[in-house]
Amino acid sequence: MAEFAKGGIPVSPRIERLKDNLYKNMPEIEADRAVLLTESYKQTESEPIVKRRALAFAHILENIPITIRDEELIVGSATKAPRGCQVFPEYSYQWLLDELDTVETRTADPFYISEETKATLREVYPYWEGKTTSELATSYMAPETLVAMAHNIFTPGNYFYNGIGHMTVDYPKVLKIGFSGIIEEAAKELLSINVYDANYAQKHEFLEAVIISCNAAITYAKRYSDLASEMAKTEKDDRRREELLLISQNCANVPQKGARNFYEACQSFWFVQMLLQIESSGHSISPGRFDQYMYPYYKADLDRGDITPDIAQELLDCIWVKLNDLNKVRDAASAEGFAGYSLFQNLCAGGQDKSGLDATNELSYMCIQASMHVQLPQPSFSVRVWNGTPTEFLLKCAELTRTGVGLPAYYNDEVIIPALMSRGLTLEDARDYNIIGCVEPQKAAKTDGWHDAAFFNMCRPLELVFSNGYENGELVGVETGDVESFRNFDEFYDAYKKQMQYAIGLLVNADNSIDVAHAQRCPLPFQSCMVEDCIKRGKTLQEGGAVYNFTGPQGFGIANMTDSLYAIKTLVYDKKLVSIGEYKKALAANFGKGLTPKRAEAETAKLAKQLSKEGKNITDKEIEKIFKLFIEGTADEKEKQEYNKLLELIDGVPKYGNDIKEVDLFARDVAYVYTKELEKYSNPRGGIFQAGLYPVSANVPLGEQTGATPDGRLANTPVADGVGPFSGRDTHGPTAAANSVAKLDHAIASNGTLYNQKFHPSALAGEEGLAKFAAYIRAFFDQKGMHMQFNVVSRETLLDAQAHPENYRSLVVRVAGYSALFTTLSKSLQDDIINRTEQGFTA
Amino acid sequence: MDYLDTTGRIFDIQKYSIHDGPGIRTIVFLKGCALRCRWCCNPEGQSFEKEHMLFAGKDKLIGEDITVRAVLEKIKKDIPYYYRSGGGVTLSGGEALLQPEFAVSLLRACHSIGINTAIETTGFQKFEIIKEYLKYLDYVLMDIKHMDSDKHKEFTTVPNELILENARKIAESGANLTIRVPVIYGFNDTVAEISAIAAFAASLPGVRHLHLLPYHRMGEDKYTGLGREYGLSGIPPMDREHVLPLLEAAKKTGLICQIGG
Repeated sequence: MAEFAKGGIPVSPRIERLKDNLYKNMPEIEADRAVLLTESYKQTESEPIVKRRALAFAHILENIPITIRDEELIVGSATKAPRGCQVFPEYSYQWLLDELDTVETRTADPFYISEETKATLREVYPYWEGKTTSELATSYMAPETLVAMAHNIFTPGNYFYNGIGHMTVDYPKVLKIGFSGIIEEAAKELLSINVYDANYAQKHEFLEAVIISCNAAITYAKRYSDLASEMAKTEKDDRRREELLLISQNCANVPQKGARNFYEACQSFWFVQMLLQIESSGHSISPGRFDQYMYPYYKADLDRGDITPDIAQELLDCIWVKLNDLNKVRDAASAEGFAGYSLFQNLCAGGQDKSGLDATNELSYMCIQASMHVQLPQPSFSVRVWNGTPTEFLLKCAELTRTGVGLPAYYNDEVIIPALMSRGLTLEDARDYNIIGCVEPQKAAKTDGWHDAAFFNMCRPLELVFSNGYENGELVGVETGDVESFRNFDEFYDAYKKQMQYAIGLLVNADNSIDVAHAQRCPLPFQSCMVEDCIKRGKTLQEGGAVYNFTGPQGFGIANMTDSLYAIKTLVYDKKLVSIGEYKKALAANFGKGLTPKRAEAETAKLAKQLSKEGKNITDKEIEKIFKLFIEGTADEKEKQEYNKLLELIDGVPKYGNDIKEVDLFARDVAYVYTKELEKYSNPRGGIFQAGLYPVSANVPLGEQTGATPDGRLANTPVADGVGPFSGRDTHGPTAAANSVAKLDHAIASNGTLYNQKFHPSALAGEEGLAKFAAYIRAFFDQKGMHMQFNVVSRETLLDAQAHPENYRSLVVRVAGYSALFTTLSKSLQDDIINRTEQGFTA
Repeated sequence: MDYLDTTGRIFDIQKYSIHDGPGIRTIVFLKGCALRCRWCCNPEGQSFEKEHMLFAGKDKLIGEDITVRAVLEKIKKDIPYYYRSGGGVTLSGGEALLQPEFAVSLLRACHSIGINTAIETTGFQKFEIIKEYLKYLDYVLMDIKHMDSDKHKEFTTVPNELILENARKIAESGANLTIRVPVIYGFNDTVAEISAIAAFAASLPGVRHLHLLPYHRMGEDKYTGLGREYGLSGIPPMDREHVLPLLEAAKKTGLICQIGG
């Protein structure tokens, strides 16, 4: 094992060329899937929905164009164009129809789309009117839920517009018995049901749908087998011809049958990974514990002398590249929240096995090596750390961190395992968890976790406390009374809790409405056949077929809430230095600071539009004046002085992130307002809600929709990222910040917490630097921190990358739960990353 | 009076220090120093008196009187990091040897709860006082800046005899001693000068490590903030290439040598 940890295997030149090929052009939207899906749907209108889904899946796989890219060893591409994407009108389409002409030029995640494709989509889309999950979900939501969503209290955008994804299927099962084995299982189950069983109809249809879907997957692979052998006939290069013939042979065998060797296991894995993302548009389809289920194939090949570590490494590297070949187009607003073309395919290494022993093996090290070689955002690479993790493994991880690619993310078994058990997982299942998407733990092949169920902005309910629940004259929250009538902090805090509870109830309503819509309109038989206990229960995941069912919406803004409430408590009620009325006025005036340029521009445009609607003629000069007013604010000098004084007072109040026990325990309580409330609720699949505390990158766009907060944060600026301190407020170094974060109750946020740290590369210099860095992680985890991830780049590097993106096309940074190419991020998100406190070290 | 109530004057406590002794450490900076080294990067630590410094545009009072108990509370916060990394506490300054009652009490307090201790020092103090420190010290980082006493005096304001004598006595006491050399342009940046220091270090019983600390100008802004003139103004930080031949020369003594702490 030592050889992997120390020297590593050199990267094959093929990998660089595969990467170049992948990143040559802007990713492209293709319409083939949408066309085939629509064709099939039109022909199956009389069939039950689960069968319609299977038949559509089969129709797509039989006809969608296939391609083998130059030099590929692992084949199977969802689109003709590298990094292209298909679209999924059965979930939603209106946004793309509206954005067809702007999707190529937008700032976050632009996609090329040809005029021909646009025309095709315009032709296809009308069929879907009234038929999408999104429309059905909306029809199920309570009116007050729609109001809260319109006011951006929370957004369930992810599943509202797209498939669910967010799961790890039973890859080892497919590797072992192939889809023919699963077909056999389904066929057997079909024979065992009695016609008089209560669930006969549902189960019968589902199992047939499974068989159709699995056969479709086999057919699809065979098409690749045929294509490879065709290509071999005309291939002039001997070596490539051999490769193509081998590819052809692989695809003829897997995923139909069990894999006979490591290479076939890799190919089989890839077909599953990719086909799941053709069946539905859900992202965060996560490979899970890849080092564990692939290891037996590698070991057997090694023992037989059929493979060398170099060859195995090249195959791994190919998979790593391939994971970046899949792509997804989101609506413009969501694209900002998930910026970086990320699919969040989370792959996990290390940790414990089911029996509690350390599971790190040679492949765990080779996975780290693959991420070092490939240096691309996918896979989102996670490592599990526990007290028994070999230090050698952690040091190798630290070495990857030092490359600045933002990987791996570190997870603490010692918190996650008991957290999952508290949600009903068995000890063995909890020990076998892996990470989904950004930071969400799940037991693979048994769970429908709905992990990314919504973004909940914890700052917005606080705004409603100041306005008695109203916004622009509309009741958005509950009436908690005039804020100036509260006699003490407890009354104020109670009002905040009431606003939170009310909003959380609406969030649950939104998620459950969407949940039902997915079960009714987009059950997924292919995905379901690889998750226990769908086949036995005879229903899809969407209908509650999984052993474990959760809904995990994530709250964010803890640092702002803590600092805000703590400032109000201290300044208004304890020290009585300012009245709540003065505070309210200052917040409404954005502390006299005027708006951000972006916001001012938007407000100016809005006002100008309204004025011209009213028939008023306004000149450019007047527009300029209005803009200036928005930018500078309307406060007079005296008011400005008052506001500045308040800001100074706020500045003097202790802040979260500096290892101050009283503040940190306050933060713990503030988090409970969200996490404890949420766990009261259940979902239609028979599971419960569990909270996450992370924003992906939504803290930036959703911060833009948030007014000034009592912690001194200005209106429309980003809110705090993850569970970390607010940008720039942690002034006592990385240990103090980590100690604060560790004081939150991470275990109750069993849907995951996210803690970003940024380190300058020199803090990890030399073997000693790596060792101290590894110790730093261990010490955070000793204190029951749950997750940690790092950006290791200098501020100067980032500023230069912002100024000269052309020189930094491959600069990867860790954004939130994932890595992304820095230059593809929007300016504001880039700024946010740059401004996050750079946790230095003393020279 | 309980020794934990002993009061001392400090000017900073710095967490997550990874270049001042083994592991992850917390540095306590004690105020006041007998030397006035021209390159000093902590000029606000030189005077024992409290003083005002302009820091990031704001007036900051430098110097805080604090009990051992209160410092210990701050130190304790990072125990998990010391434990995992083999780190602990480092006393620095200023000069930690100039407040013996406070410093020794602090070291003793650290040891009483199992926290590893170190000191960064000029070694400029009576040895009988240093002896008290050594009882509670796991690690001594001591500067030898120059072997020529006149030149030493010219650049630091004090001669080097006492320092060299103390280095030997500390080494002979069995303490875990590492010698550090701030490498300064025009002061000691020649092969001959560094070799002489290294040879001396190698002659000390039990000493195995030598650290060369190339000049940097991190302290420059502080001089401005204190309204003082910076003697080395305009001199760029020393690059690695300049130090490499010196490192090679030092290595010839058989000591384990490195650049940086």
